Amino acid sequence: MTGPAALAPEPPLAMLVELTHRCPLRCPYCSNPIELERRGQELDTAAWRDVLDQAAALGVLQVHFSGGEPTARPDLEDLVEHAAGLGLYTNLITAGVLLDEARVGRLAAAGLDHVQLSFQDSAPAESDRIAGYQGGYRRKIAAAGWIRAAGLPLTLNAPVHRHNIEHLEAIIELAVELGAERIEVAHVQYYGWGLKNRAALIPTRAQLARATEVVEAATERLKGVLVFDYVVPDYYAHRPKACMGGWARQFLNVTPSGKVLPCHAAETIPGLAFERVSERGLAEIWADSPAFLRFRGTDWMPEPCASCERREIDWGGCRCQALAILGDAAQTDPACGLSPHHAALVALAEAESDREPPAFEYRQMTRPEPVEA
Amino acid sequence: MTATRAIIADGSLPRLPQHVKLRFDQRRNRWIVLAPERVLMPDDVALEILKRCDGATSVSAIIESLAEVYEASAEEIGEDVAELLQDLADKGFVQL
Repeated sequence: MTGPAALAPEPPLAMLVELTHRCPLRCPYCSNPIELERRGQELDTAAWRDVLDQAAALGVLQVHFSGGEPTARPDLEDLVEHAAGLGLYTNLITAGVLLDEARVGRLAAAGLDHVQLSFQDSAPAESDRIAGYQGGYRRKIAAAGWIRAAGLPLTLNAPVHRHNIEHLEAIIELAVELGAERIEVAHVQYYGWGLKNRAALIPTRAQLARATEVVEAATERLKGVLVFDYVVPDYYAHRPKACMGGWARQFLNVTPSGKVLPCHAAETIPGLAFERVSERGLAEIWADSPAFLRFRGTDWMPEPCASCERREIDWGGCRCQALAILGDAAQTDPACGLSPHHAALVALAEAESDREPPAFEYRQMTRPEPVEA
Repeated sequence: MTATRAIIADGSLPRLPQHVKLRFDQRRNRWIVLAPERVLMPDDVALEILKRCDGATSVSAIIESLAEVYEASAEEIGEDVAELLQDLADKGFVQL
């Protein structure tokens, strides 16, 4: 037997659990797909418990409870407790605006290990405008207080783009004030709603350079106080990011309706069929689902990737990005300087960032089509 | 993490915070460290150090213990052990 199916792949390290695509915020950079899954499609509690059982058996170490907004699900405590009971490390990825003190207490008691809390900007008006949600900032500040009071470690997640990139110092200061032990300075990536709003979000090269300077200085100054996780936008890079640590290599993503994906944007790729947990087991999907096999490893790579010394470092970059920019998920990621299309990508970034930003197309569920009565 | 950077000293009593978990993973047949959104796969030396971070053993005692295990002198390995512990503390895996 030859090919990627011959050897059982290493088990994934982590699973992203999109409990729901419902969310009170409407952030224009959201990585969820444009076609958000509706409430009626969501897996129920028993089904999610089963997914967690299977994940633990498969060898997943960490679960990220996310969405949409995972706290929109009343069974979140149940699922956290179930995951903790299986020995899974639990991370809550939240906007925080639906939390109250009692709920934070219940989540901590259920065994939650860690909370990642997003802040859209360093000050109320700006933060609320980006989120499309009035009063969000104040609620997040309160949530941070309850999280720390409950003894939970806190990571502040700061999605960065042209509208808040000049406020990085203030955002970092906020993280320190709130007692966060980590900060993710995450330049937004262009998938889903983020791709739709790219022209409104993408910073100039000069803005990015300045942001990197700020982060590097702060990383040094705050050593031992705040740990930095810095994610750069790779449109301006020379080599692509190792997207997801390589296709179907370290992570898997389960959507609210139970579709199992190698990444949150994979459904954009035509010709790939994704299986549901209701149809097949997680371990089987991980091992030999055609969609998972399609770009796993290095056999699929075109040149220059196939003979590149970095092929097992960046794993060929991002398939969904190659699709979005070039219309072909199997081509070299144009974020790579060795791609013949790299210069065009950079020119695109420079042109879009140079113009006045268009208005945000805020994230929302598509309205259902009216039905003939 | 602390409001100011904790600097390692001989008398420091390093421990793993509650949200950092050191355990043996049956599936992968190796020791791993689980922390917020991070997984560490420590090498043998780092593992021996981490195992001794119980909040009751001083840095000096950890170094003495390792010196025995590796049949080296405390002077030979002390600096490296301290450096590794400082690094682990700076990254939030260990509390001094």
